[in-house]
Amino acid sequence: MNDLTPSREERTENLKGLGCSRKRVEDARFTQGKGNYVDDIKMPGMLFGDFVRSPYAHARVKNINSEEALKVPGVLAVLTAKDLEPLGLHWMPTLAGDKQMVLADGKVLFQGQEVAFVVATDRYAAADGIEAVEVEYEELPVVVDPFKALDPDAPVLREDLEGQTEGAHGPRKHHNHIFLWEAGDKEATESVLASADVVAEEMVYYHRTHPCPLEPCGCVASMDKVNGKLTLWGTFQAPHAVRTVASLISGIAEHNIRVISPDIGGGFGNKVGVYPGYVCSIVASIVTGKPVKWIEDRMDNLMATAFARDYWMKGKIAATKEGKITGLWCHTTADHGGFDACADPTKFPAGFMNICTGSYDIPVAYLGVDGVYTNKAPGGVAYRCSFRVTEAAYFIERMIEILAIELNMDAAELRRINFIKKEQFPYQSALGWEYDSGDYHTAWEKALKAVDYEGLRKEQAERVEAFKRGETRKLLGIGLTHFTEIVGAGPVKNCDILGLGMFDSCEIRIHPTGSAIARLGTISQGQGHATTFAQILASEIGLPADSITIEEGDTDTAPYGLGTYGSRSTPVAGAATAMAGRKIRAKAQMIAAYLLEVHDDDVEWDVDRFAVKGAPERFKTMAEIAFAAYNQAIPGIEPGLEAVSYYDPPNMTYPFGAYICVMEIDVDTGVHEIRQFYALDDCGTRINPMIIEGQVHGGVTEALAIAMGQEIAYDEMGNVKTGTLMDFFLPTAWETPNYTTDHTTTPSPHHPIGAKGVGESPNVGGVPAFSNAVHDAFRAFGLRQSHMPHDHWRIWKTAHDLGLHG
Amino acid sequence: MAKQHYTLTVNGEQRDVLCEPRELLIHTLREQLDITGPHVGCETSHCGACTVEINGKSVKSCTVFTAQANGADVTTIEGLGSPDGLHVLQEKFREHHGLQCGYCTPGMITRAHRLLQENPNPTEEEVRFGIAGNLCRCTGYQNIVKSILAAAAEMNAAKEAAE
Ligand code: FES
Ligand code: FES
Repeated sequence: MNDLTPSREERTENLKGLGCSRKRVEDARFTQGKGNYVDDIKMPGMLFGDFVRSPYAHARVKNINSEEALKVPGVLAVLTAKDLEPLGLHWMPTLAGDKQMVLADGKVLFQGQEVAFVVATDRYAAADGIEAVEVEYEELPVVVDPFKALDPDAPVLREDLEGQTEGAHGPRKHHNHIFLWEAGDKEATESVLASADVVAEEMVYYHRTHPCPLEPCGCVASMDKVNGKLTLWGTFQAPHAVRTVASLISGIAEHNIRVISPDIGGGFGNKVGVYPGYVCSIVASIVTGKPVKWIEDRMDNLMATAFARDYWMKGKIAATKEGKITGLWCHTTADHGGFDACADPTKFPAGFMNICTGSYDIPVAYLGVDGVYTNKAPGGVAYRCSFRVTEAAYFIERMIEILAIELNMDAAELRRINFIKKEQFPYQSALGWEYDSGDYHTAWEKALKAVDYEGLRKEQAERVEAFKRGETRKLLGIGLTHFTEIVGAGPVKNCDILGLGMFDSCEIRIHPTGSAIARLGTISQGQGHATTFAQILASEIGLPADSITIEEGDTDTAPYGLGTYGSRSTPVAGAATAMAGRKIRAKAQMIAAYLLEVHDDDVEWDVDRFAVKGAPERFKTMAEIAFAAYNQAIPGIEPGLEAVSYYDPPNMTYPFGAYICVMEIDVDTGVHEIRQFYALDDCGTRINPMIIEGQVHGGVTEALAIAMGQEIAYDEMGNVKTGTLMDFFLPTAWETPNYTTDHTTTPSPHHPIGAKGVGESPNVGGVPAFSNAVHDAFRAFGLRQSHMPHDHWRIWKTAHDLGLHG
Repeated sequence: MAKQHYTLTVNGEQRDVLCEPRELLIHTLREQLDITGPHVGCETSHCGACTVEINGKSVKSCTVFTAQANGADVTTIEGLGSPDGLHVLQEKFREHHGLQCGYCTPGMITRAHRLLQENPNPTEEEVRFGIAGNLCRCTGYQNIVKSILAAAAEMNAAKEAAE
């Protein structure tokens, strides 16, 4: 007989499982400066590599002379495309099915492109070596405008593709064209548009920006020639995929490659792709027989690795006079730069842009996306975004606002009458997705009430009158957004990257004394996986989260998985964790039944133990079961307690949210002030509310940056105008407001614990909320559309163009 | 370039280094002295990831040459806590979720540490202004500010109790 104290509630609390704001286990290390990031790695004899980069956006490379560079003390080698060519490594595949030069092969296509790789004893010697490399360029005409890139007589950018009329995603219609990707029903949509009561039409531009994590990209490659093993540490959001790709392109057998992602200082999509620095470091390590480190600096980062967005989205939205939307049409021109280096699933070259019907019940829709080459850096990656969802959400949330103007209607009401209703889920969208669950009306009303929407509109109307009377120079904007995300890529049947299915995995090993280690195919970059995955597991297997170690990022030990981006960790690896936990529990049940001398079906699970049905005082705790699993001979049951699960999700998950931004705008200076920002998120089952809130704060702040100032801008010569943190806007604590967070909970019906993922929602919803606030402030004065980022100059210009400066 | 000999006190310990006069302090700390708490986020004095204290002032260590720090007293994040426990600031950052990826954290806490010496009882505005030289890409600052205010309150309460 066993004592029944502590109570069930106490035992549950003791687990620190699902739903509790468990403090992060990572933090003791990080707060003491004991993190282990890639640049902290130091190995005996380690060399340092760095790039000679192109000052031109488009030029022929006539000659590279390394003679002087090789005389610089400390410089050991200078690699060029010629050196890589015999190995077949002067070009590499991109994750989007295109290929990219590792080092300039005859020409350069963007400013900052990698031309030569200098290997030296330390970073200072490498910098000296770079200075001494002489490159002879012949400038070529530059194309920075994606529309002009498609002019019949536009210069040919990708000479390597000349004459190729088939690309990785179908026919190419022009020498600078990459693909046309279509979804929906074009004909039906156009016929709805032709006969609609009202059609609102607009070009919505989502400018080029950059994820810019605080830690730039980098790696250390170490080829051990004695045993033929390559170890590669790096800032990889997808270490397993990097191993496979490294094996495919280098010819080194996959078991001889070990990829390790140590601590990562933020990723936000910047660290998904494969960059020339990785390839060159590997080659340099093979050539020199020494470990080689490559760490990009901030300028390299902003100029060369992973821009995001740059989507020109032409939209038409049709509705009845009463405001019921009848159709949506969108044609996007996607500027990919010199190489198509997105990291989208193969079948989705424009990512999940076809979620652009948003939260609305739109009967018919069409989307076409033309990908185009220009003389800009290659990309575009998903910056805190599940493959172009940010673009899609911005597009539809702008189109709704513009339709509201066209209809002379309140934008909150227009949304309300068009939301997909709760009872319509699972909902089949016109562009091909099946939304799993949602309750948009409840979220919307909660949000409107929280900010006193009616009161705000009244205040705004009074402000407009006061402005017209000359009593104030400040306008009030109310930025509304209701977004629907699509995350958790994804079902292997339609989601792969370079042929690698997008499942994920978890492997659990229970130790005899009732603690455990779990390894996953994902990798945290600040999301707190070591904390939250242990919570999922604690609730599943009844061992305290504090007794569970979570390990990720080492391909030699972790099970294969596609990594962390696109808010996929919780929906996919989180599901794998729960499923693996359930396998553990199934075996534990048999062991418990044996120990309790009853039939398997006569015991039931109770928080942290199996108890005999109807006799709760007869039980075995998980810790006792774990000990028995190893140390007691149980007939018919193998010793040990381990499980692995590879989870292929049946569907994506569809988190959603309602964000409202209240903004004051000074018409004369263009300066804005955020008076209030309310963020309601519904991410299904909530694992750790503290971490969710942190993700929302961070994501909305990135949205603030993007909407209000952050931009990768080029001049006509293809020079990057925003290549340092002086010009590229990252908000400080001073510019960043406090946010109010809130939630509703609509679990995903197909996810084992009902969780949907949240990391990207605040960026997806935040950008339209800020941008709509700016637009809304000027709505009474006739503004329909202005381009982001809404920096002080652009806002001033908007006011000026509207005649508000007298 | 010929190397020179410099002596600095780092976290209370005297350290001798041999480096070129052009070497930045952040590189000497990280690469020669294995003090990897301070990080590099830009090398152009914008991000604050490399923040340390030099002679009682917050300094971005990518902004100074090691040569300029010759003879100086340098404190890094490694010098704040003690082997057996976290500094109040470190503890409060943990408690209030003031960090995510942790890359800005050493610089941020080092800056906050000095800020609270300069102004032991700051308002939220003063904290926001006081850490505006340190960028964080993950947290949106709200919880960082909360952590620093909580640390200030606890440090003040401890001081009062001691008096
Ligand atoms: S690395 Fe020194 S301020 Fe950014
Ligand atoms: S916690 Fe990641 S940059 Fe601040």
